[in-house]
Amino acid sequence: MLISEQKPFEEILDYVTKDRVIFLIGCKGCADGCESGGERQVLEIKKRLEEEGKAISGFSLIDMVCNEALTRMKLAAYAEAIESADSVLVMTCGAGIQTVASSTHKVIHPGCNTISSGHAEWKQAERCMECGDCVLEFTGGICPIARCAKGLLNGPCGGSQGGKCEISPNLPCAWQLIIERHSKIGSLHMLEEIILPKNWDPSLKDGSPTQRG
Amino acid sequence: MKAGSNLEKVLEGGYFAVTAEVGPPKGTSTAVIQRKGELLKFYCDAMNVTDNQTAIVRMSSWSGCILLKEMGIDPVMQMVVRDRNRIAIQSDILGAAALGIRNVLCLSGDHQRFGNHPTAKGVYDIDSIQLVQTLKTMRDEKKFLCGEGISGEVQLFIGAVENPFADPFEYRVMRLAKKVRAGADFIQTQAVFDVGKFTKWMEMVRDQGLDKQVHILAGVIPIKSVGMARYLRDNVSGISVPDEIVIRMEEARDVKEEGVKIALEIIDQLKEIDGVHGIHIMAVAWEDIVPVIVERAGLLPRPIL
Repeated sequence: MLISEQKPFEEILDYVTKDRVIFLIGCKGCADGCESGGERQVLEIKKRLEEEGKAISGFSLIDMVCNEALTRMKLAAYAEAIESADSVLVMTCGAGIQTVASSTHKVIHPGCNTISSGHAEWKQAERCMECGDCVLEFTGGICPIARCAKGLLNGPCGGSQGGKCEISPNLPCAWQLIIERHSKIGSLHMLEEIILPKNWDPSLKDGSPTQRG
Repeated sequence: MKAGSNLEKVLEGGYFAVTAEVGPPKGTSTAVIQRKGELLKFYCDAMNVTDNQTAIVRMSSWSGCILLKEMGIDPVMQMVVRDRNRIAIQSDILGAAALGIRNVLCLSGDHQRFGNHPTAKGVYDIDSIQLVQTLKTMRDEKKFLCGEGISGEVQLFIGAVENPFADPFEYRVMRLAKKVRAGADFIQTQAVFDVGKFTKWMEMVRDQGLDKQVHILAGVIPIKSVGMARYLRDNVSGISVPDEIVIRMEEARDVKEEGVKIALEIIDQLKEIDGVHGIHIMAVAWEDIVPVIVERAGLLPRPIL
């Protein structure tokens, strides 16, 4: 199971500052089990956002958001509600957030930090490195920690060529994908901001060991 | 003056700057650095010492810089974020500043997979733009990344690199702007062979007004052999060598002279581009040719400031 926890509400609120209408997505898989993005948490977030003056155009709870075929099918059923929203807030692990990002042209916001993937393995390129300090908000829903060979937060480096990474002709340059994605959804200006050095402490791989549960 | 280095004085004085690259040895010989220093001393304004270039272990950049400094040469310490976390980086910067190294060039670094330790763990704690920003904070606010104060001055002339030949092309200028905002004082670019593309990139740089905010030094690599021309064209990521250059080298009777001629033609064109404030010569394994090129390009004598 993927272990995730909800981001602080203030952080989520900060992400949606400019959005008036929001669509919510929760997951009946791991995020439900972790109580970070199941039905109860989605309804709770809906209520809190409405209290902050936001309109919620709808919400969808999907069995496993990381299953792209399933998620696309579910989102198609909510096409109108999603279309009317300014953004989509995804209350799942990083893999789920990236699945939604690749299934819609809307701006997406991550609602959770992923703490551990519990050795789960993703066959697709969309992976989560359990960094514990999700940056998908700034990178168009594509993870540079997992997908850039250098994990750059302000990429691409000088080795990006023809959409490929310098280390392999088979590896897409994550930053090319991020720039394309931002260009497509009209948010390229977000990359003008310098992303600050990251907090690696919550990361399982690079931070300090902690006892969880 | 931010650091008072010779390079800063030359650039701020409005002179067309010349820098050259010095690769340190895969060993402990101080003579290798000293010989290159002696050779190039009167032909450039500052010398870059590379930092484990292409991820191959060599003598550290800062020690090479100290050796040059002792010879009265203004060194540029290259620093990649591949091998050090934010603690080691800031510590090395304090040491470099204490010992009188005044120019630092910030780079991501070639991925460790290309080098002689391909199984190494890449660090990449911070990226090159965050490194520029860190150095600026250390210099201007006398603070570490964590916000704690630094005792003493951290005099640095901060450099960054840019590759106009990497993709996505349209985004490269936006990223350069980010480096300038982060605090870059000068930029050394990847080697220019495709002058047309570089000219177009410089137009975009000028459109953003970036040429007024940062000194841009265009990279030049003299090509020594046909094999090298082909290798640069086919195997080095981020370098774009037009076929016509390879063909000229293939058809030349005196291959080395043709390589020099090509470099001189490129330098002539670069000098004419608005906003280009100098050149950075990376004569990999052919340092001997730098004096010839600088002289024939009409860039002598170097200013004494």
